[in-house]
Amino acid sequence: MPAVLEFEKSLVELEDKVRQLREYSRSQGVDVSHGIGLLEDRIAETQTQLFANLTPWQRVQLARHPDRPYPKDYFQRLLTDFLELHGDRRFADDQAIIGGFAKFDGEPVMVIGSQKGRNLKENVRSNFGCANPEGYRKALRLMQLADKAKLPILSFVDTPGAYPGIGGEERHVAEAIAVNLREMFKFQVPMIIVVVGEGGSGGALGIGVGNRVLIMENAYYSVITPEGCAAILWRDASATPQAAEALKLTSADLLRLKLVDEIVPEPAGGAHREFDRAAELLGQAIRRNLQELRALSPAEWVAQRYEKFRRMGVFSEPEGIRP
Amino acid sequence: MSLFKKRAQYTIITPPAKKEIPAGLWLKCKGCATVIYKSKLEENLQVCPHCEFHYPLTAAERIRLLSDEASFVEMDANLTSVDALAFAGTGIYPQKLAESTAKTGMTDAIVTGTAALDGRAMALGVMDFRFLGASMGSVVGEKVTRLTERATQERLPLVIATASGGARMYEGMLSLMQMAKTSAALAVHQDAGLPYIVIMTHPTTAGVMASYATLGDLLISEPGALIGFAGPRVIKQTTQSALPPNFQTAEFVLAKGLLDRVVPRSQLRRELSLYLQYLAQAK
Repeated sequence: MPAVLEFEKSLVELEDKVRQLREYSRSQGVDVSHGIGLLEDRIAETQTQLFANLTPWQRVQLARHPDRPYPKDYFQRLLTDFLELHGDRRFADDQAIIGGFAKFDGEPVMVIGSQKGRNLKENVRSNFGCANPEGYRKALRLMQLADKAKLPILSFVDTPGAYPGIGGEERHVAEAIAVNLREMFKFQVPMIIVVVGEGGSGGALGIGVGNRVLIMENAYYSVITPEGCAAILWRDASATPQAAEALKLTSADLLRLKLVDEIVPEPAGGAHREFDRAAELLGQAIRRNLQELRALSPAEWVAQRYEKFRRMGVFSEPEGIRP
Repeated sequence: MSLFKKRAQYTIITPPAKKEIPAGLWLKCKGCATVIYKSKLEENLQVCPHCEFHYPLTAAERIRLLSDEASFVEMDANLTSVDALAFAGTGIYPQKLAESTAKTGMTDAIVTGTAALDGRAMALGVMDFRFLGASMGSVVGEKVTRLTERATQERLPLVIATASGGARMYEGMLSLMQMAKTSAALAVHQDAGLPYIVIMTHPTTAGVMASYATLGDLLISEPGALIGFAGPRVIKQTTQSALPPNFQTAEFVLAKGLLDRVVPRSQLRRELSLYLQYLAQAK
């Protein structure tokens, strides 16, 4: 039974009708193609309308949709010869972030990705995609290996955030993220980041520095969860949609603020409705960006990454006052 | 059974009649509840003479503590924050900024510049928790980045005294990206072989901790400072377990291997001078 979000309901109901009608047509041998055609037009129209007017909070819900494709689903569709590499050589193998060698279009790359589970068992293993320090340290180790082997790095981000646990504090998750941030500016390989679902604050950024940062249409990327923001600023959980709006966390907002480079379109109705098509669209975007980046030199990759993040921020600096 | 009954470990004292405390001259210590003269506290670098409780310093006080008299030359003092997201459309952010400026006389949560300590030059940044919880927005990120770039250019050791509640929510993702920006500048400073010293003051948390606060060659803190990534309440809620004693204090993270030293404020100036001396060949 697929999960259905509140605002998807009208759409799903129409689709159910079409399915029933088809079944009826098949079993009874009656031609209802005209009616089906009309319904399908209405589906398309509803979908267009619904998705043109999604609120930021609805986007967040789509990004968290339980049926949404996770990084691993894209790995399966976009990569071959994936060899997962385990462990941070310090403490554990954190399954909230996975990675390893793989081939994209037959060319070797290093791939990193958050991992969420589809069921309780998987989620216990991957901690709902919330990494501990070991996840970030493993990612760093793999990226350093990619740097040595001169392999492009592809990072797929989909995490609610780093795990706020006692062990994480005891083993210094903040330091693990900080070191990643610093080291990711040093690698002499092209790096492409894709936020495919949730971009949960520092936990996402910890594997999120690259030459190109792409974001899927219905993904979000935020400094704090809308729930957290509502609790702090409004002291009221019902202000969550308001917080989602205020934080400017949607793909369109982030492109406008020049914090991401490109929005990857999703199939009509969201990536969860057509995994293959979603992967195809994502693959196209990665391919094009990788091709462009391959034309640069190692020094240029490093300089470009620096310049890109160096420009981020908005402030006022009155002319003439600066000595 | 009365034989084994524990003897009372306390003495009962009758509290003296409440004395009128002239406002502004005295305060009741947050650490030990002793009533102390404010002037005494000031003389003692805002540390309680009875229990060593460390009160926060303003950026100006901290700069005085850590540098030679009149050696500090501020840079980028004219950078100010902008409500780039028109946050919640209510003008709440400009209002908070104005309140903080009125309260502190500062333009944002960090003061940066060059200074000398015992004649040794350094690039110095000091955060001030009074300004919007020393949260990091675009201005803090830009000033730290410029300070670091300047240190690289002029081959100076970098010293930052941190304090922060985290990223500045009112600037949304613009603030998160300051973590990356500051770390980028530190990558270059590090590759240039230059030393970086962090003094974590109470409290150093979240986005600042997960970027430039934990990237120093030396990580120093003052006693009792709160140092952590996630808020203790969030951790308790998420994990549904009791937090260890002294969790997320300077002493706790020292024992867990994050810090090089926890240094009482009275020793801080002398120690910083020594660090700069020991690291003097790295330039």
